Amino acid sequence: MAVPSAESPQLAVRNLHLWRGEKHLLKGVSFEVRAGQLLRIMGPNGVGKTSLLRCVAGLLPVESGDIEWRGKVNGAAFDALHGELAYLAHLNALKSDLTASENLRYAVGMHRPLEPNEIEETLARLQIAHCGPLPVRALSAGQKRRVAIARVLLSKAALWILDEPITNLDTAGIRLIEQCMGEHLDSGGMILAAAHQTLLEGSARSTTLELH
Amino acid sequence: MQTGLARLFMLILSRDLRLAIRHLDQVFQPLVFFLIVTTLFPLAISPVLDELRKIAPGVVWVAAMLASLIALESLYRADVEDGTMEQWVLSGQPLSILLLAKVTAHWLLTGLPLVLISPLVGTTLGMPMSVWPVLVATLALGTGSLSILGGIGAALTVGVRRGSALLALLVLPLEMPVLIFGARAVDLAMRGEAVAGPLNLLAALLFLFISLGPFAMAAAMRISVES
Repeated sequence: MAVPSAESPQLAVRNLHLWRGEKHLLKGVSFEVRAGQLLRIMGPNGVGKTSLLRCVAGLLPVESGDIEWRGKVNGAAFDALHGELAYLAHLNALKSDLTASENLRYAVGMHRPLEPNEIEETLARLQIAHCGPLPVRALSAGQKRRVAIARVLLSKAALWILDEPITNLDTAGIRLIEQCMGEHLDSGGMILAAAHQTLLEGSARSTTLELH
Repeated sequence: MQTGLARLFMLILSRDLRLAIRHLDQVFQPLVFFLIVTTLFPLAISPVLDELRKIAPGVVWVAAMLASLIALESLYRADVEDGTMEQWVLSGQPLSILLLAKVTAHWLLTGLPLVLISPLVGTTLGMPMSVWPVLVATLALGTGSLSILGGIGAALTVGVRRGSALLALLVLPLEMPVLIFGARAVDLAMRGEAVAGPLNLLAALLFLFISLGPFAMAAAMRISVES
């Protein structure tokens, strides 16, 4: 992972416009994320937070504006970004018929070979070790969210894009996630998150972008 | 980190097989459909084997084509709806390999049983035992092609609500060459003539679809997901 440097932005979005049907959703959004930084995107419902995240991840075509990742712009940027991205959407992307461990084994196994105990350790870290052998259909909404977050942790990606990461989590869960986020930033990672609540409050590494 | 393509293929294949084992009813549906449709013809036309024998190749092939189509309608739906497909698109891994693995798993679960049971169905329609090898060979080659063509159509229509009729309209015309050569080979075999021609063409079609189909599937899936 890159050495944290406050100098050059790793991810830059410049003058991004987005239309959804007739609606002009994003009107010239610009921001930068440097290594070791968290950018929280906030704004009222329907303002385009999820669309912005999908656009940056490459799930929505860029209609106008630039997205730059480590010096590459748009098309080339997405090719480079996808190997280093962990994306947590509204949907947890879990198969209800598979167990939590199986889900993680298949999802993370696509990116890298796993060490024998890695999944169990990460589940224990998120205090859901007992959920590993259970089918996901038997888990509560908060437990499912934690399993999805375990996937993000296991991905070892440089950039986390998180869409409402703490939905359905209890206060202990939120504290845990903030801890993991802090460690990710410490190691030079970056986080782009849409959230109504403050994340890592008071930290100098956390900045906020408000959409109107 | 780059993982070997073969390992990636096997990972997705084993995932889908494991999922299917926990949902066996969906695996049996196309097979039961195939059996029922082929049973309707003796009831509707005539139970006289001499008359059934004339239409047997066509009946088996059309039924196989429709069974394959119903099975493919739900191929990607669950993965798209629960967000897994988004993760695949963003994974940086070649989507064509992931989707080919899915189609392969699907063929093993729905196409292969159909191939294996076809001699039984053929016999009920008056096919002599000597035709079995040709029937099995044409269906094995043909259902593979049908799965890939259906996989392309399913990737295009997965974002459309109630896309099954649209899927049939898109895919059935493209599947006609497979039907023509498949049914023709079985027909020739029943007359005791050489079948190498249509069999070779079926195999050629299968290789064409395996080599180009995954790219079409991936492109179609990107359109469906990126919207």
